[in-house]
Amino acid sequence: MGVMTYGGAALEALRQAMAADPTVWCVGEDLGRGGVFGQYKGLREEFGPDRVSDAPISEAAIMAAAFGAAMVGTRPVVEMRFADFALCATDELINQIAKARFMFGGQSRAPMVIRKPMGMWRSSAAQHSQSLESWYAHIPGLVVAVPSTAQDNFSMMKAAIEADDPVVYLEHKNIWANEGEVDQAAPYQWGTARVRLKGGDVTIVSWSDCANRAEQAGRTLAAEGIGAEVIDLRSLWPWDRTAVIESAARTGRLLVAHESVAVGGFGAEVVATVVQEADLKARPRRIGAPRALIPYAPNLEDQLRVTADMIADAARELCA
Amino acid sequence: MTQPNYDRTRGLALLTMMERIRAFERQAELAATRDQLVLGAIHLSIGQEACAAGIIAALRRDDLLLSTHRGHGHTLAKGADPTAMMEELLGRAGGCCGGKGGSMHIADFGVGMLGANGVVSANIPIGAGAAHGIKLLGDDRIVVDIFGDGAINRGPFLEGLNWAAVFGLPVLFVCEDNEWSATTRTSDMTAGEGAAARAKSFGIRTEVVDGNDVEAVADIARDLVAAIRRDRQPAFLHARTFRQGGHTYFDPATYRAKEEAAARIASDDPIARQREILLGAGVAEADLDRIASDAWAEMEAALAAAAAAPFPEDGSVFADVQDIGSPELEAY
Ligand SMILES: Cc1ncc(C[n+]2csc(CCOP(=O)(O)OP(=O)(O)O)c2C)c(N)n1
Ligand SMILES: [Mg+2]
Repeated sequence: MGVMTYGGAALEALRQAMAADPTVWCVGEDLGRGGVFGQYKGLREEFGPDRVSDAPISEAAIMAAAFGAAMVGTRPVVEMRFADFALCATDELINQIAKARFMFGGQSRAPMVIRKPMGMWRSSAAQHSQSLESWYAHIPGLVVAVPSTAQDNFSMMKAAIEADDPVVYLEHKNIWANEGEVDQAAPYQWGTARVRLKGGDVTIVSWSDCANRAEQAGRTLAAEGIGAEVIDLRSLWPWDRTAVIESAARTGRLLVAHESVAVGGFGAEVVATVVQEADLKARPRRIGAPRALIPYAPNLEDQLRVTADMIADAARELCA
Repeated sequence: MTQPNYDRTRGLALLTMMERIRAFERQAELAATRDQLVLGAIHLSIGQEACAAGIIAALRRDDLLLSTHRGHGHTLAKGADPTAMMEELLGRAGGCCGGKGGSMHIADFGVGMLGANGVVSANIPIGAGAAHGIKLLGDDRIVVDIFGDGAINRGPFLEGLNWAAVFGLPVLFVCEDNEWSATTRTSDMTAGEGAAARAKSFGIRTEVVDGNDVEAVADIARDLVAAIRRDRQPAFLHARTFRQGGHTYFDPATYRAKEEAAARIASDDPIARQREILLGAGVAEADLDRIASDAWAEMEAALAAAAAAPFPEDGSVFADVQDIGSPELEAY
């Protein structure tokens, strides 16, 4: 046990994986200096420039080359810098990496971790703030990780590097410095949610940084006597349908909250799945961003945020 | 006149491979048109056999190869089994990809063939990456990464060549230039001096070869492969050839004059040219004919076997998607 930051926990998991397995390597722009957010700090000194490789500003080639290297037996950790720039490597991820194993009849694997820091952070505007996790959840072949705590960023990074599947690993840029206790030996199983708070009145499902806001909302509600069960999905594919359906069936009320645009978001998938499986006492709700573009000015940016207050308000309405 | 020290054994081997590729392609065409057994599009490499045969003759079995939608010839030359290839074209269980990929995703990792690609240009940086992996693993294999003339106008060409040069990777890029990008003349859509000039601008050793002269292709490929294996640096080969047929087997190529293609086929067919060389070197015509008829019989048998082979089990559509969150467990 020990306290780590969200960013530091993934760094430590990566460091340990690189020490244990010489085929693990990292590639991306500016990794030699530790990465844009310090996610690779100290690794070049420890493992050298071949295994902590700088790259040209060629997102498509970073993705494609790492894929080629994965097919011959290495385990690349790919850094996209910002989730937004990963769109420059869409063909490589969606048409090549996600499909290779299937198209080639099981002859190949793409054991890759594709890191895409996402989310709203410090007035970064429309091209540096997006949350596109639902896109990746839609693509067969990909695993989608959306960790929200230091513990999970340790355990899930470790599991992602060990996985033989391509894992789209979406860290939230706003919480690199969040601290938490990390038990390095804690087991992690893909597709299992973490119940952040127990409660019997309403089920609140969230992920990534929004799960932290959902937990905050749950604590406020608890003080008012409303029992919110806050479930952090942690991964969107696979996702823990069992836990969510069980909880929603028990509380009879479901609210899903995510930072990304509500329209076509993964919240819709959660709601649709639950209403097919469980009888609810109230119509389920989802909260996400309006289908608007993320702006620069803070007051404009705030209009698109999904806050703890909004989550608490929606839960109160559901329980009224 | 053939040179006095001409290597007849190699010349015959090159001809044999070209005849096998052509016979495979003709049988695939028959499977598509006569038998209606090929369901999707296939892109034939008739007229381009010298590139596949000449380049891949320079490789070891454990060297790696990536190709394009027009990849049957390359795959066969790398050592894949023609029956498994034909089964793949027919979507059968015994296909090299279990019937899941078809012609455009043909691959045989057992012989180092890491896949054709349905996305033009995409294999260029992936091949550079395979070479990157080899560099990290520290062995002495090399990668051959073949693409068409149309591929040089997409970004992955620039990104992939730059990557290979920056990291010093053991990869031979081959632009197999058949002058056409589907129904468009590539030269009409390409600025500047084209493939070789672009490759040179990265500081990559670049050679241009008559891609219908299989001996010349084999010679330059042998040199380049040896240099890459020794120096661990990329090289580039621009091989000029000609697509004798349509873009796909069902494309009648009405956008170009019939006479143009006919004249090129008559004067510049790689198999006819190699037969001339071998006749000049004293090989009997009957021996050359036998190479062709053996190849035809081999591929006829491959098609017959494939046509009789079973389709994949329905459940295999859910296999080999992913381990974590596999649709075999998660589909609903
Ligand atoms: C990115 C992309 N754009 C378009 C296509 C459609 N397409 C398939 S083959 C082809 C022509 C490719 O020409 P070239 O690279 O010269 O290869 P060739 O067909 O001549 O072997 C096109 C446009 C594609 N497969 N991928
Ligand atoms: Mg072409």
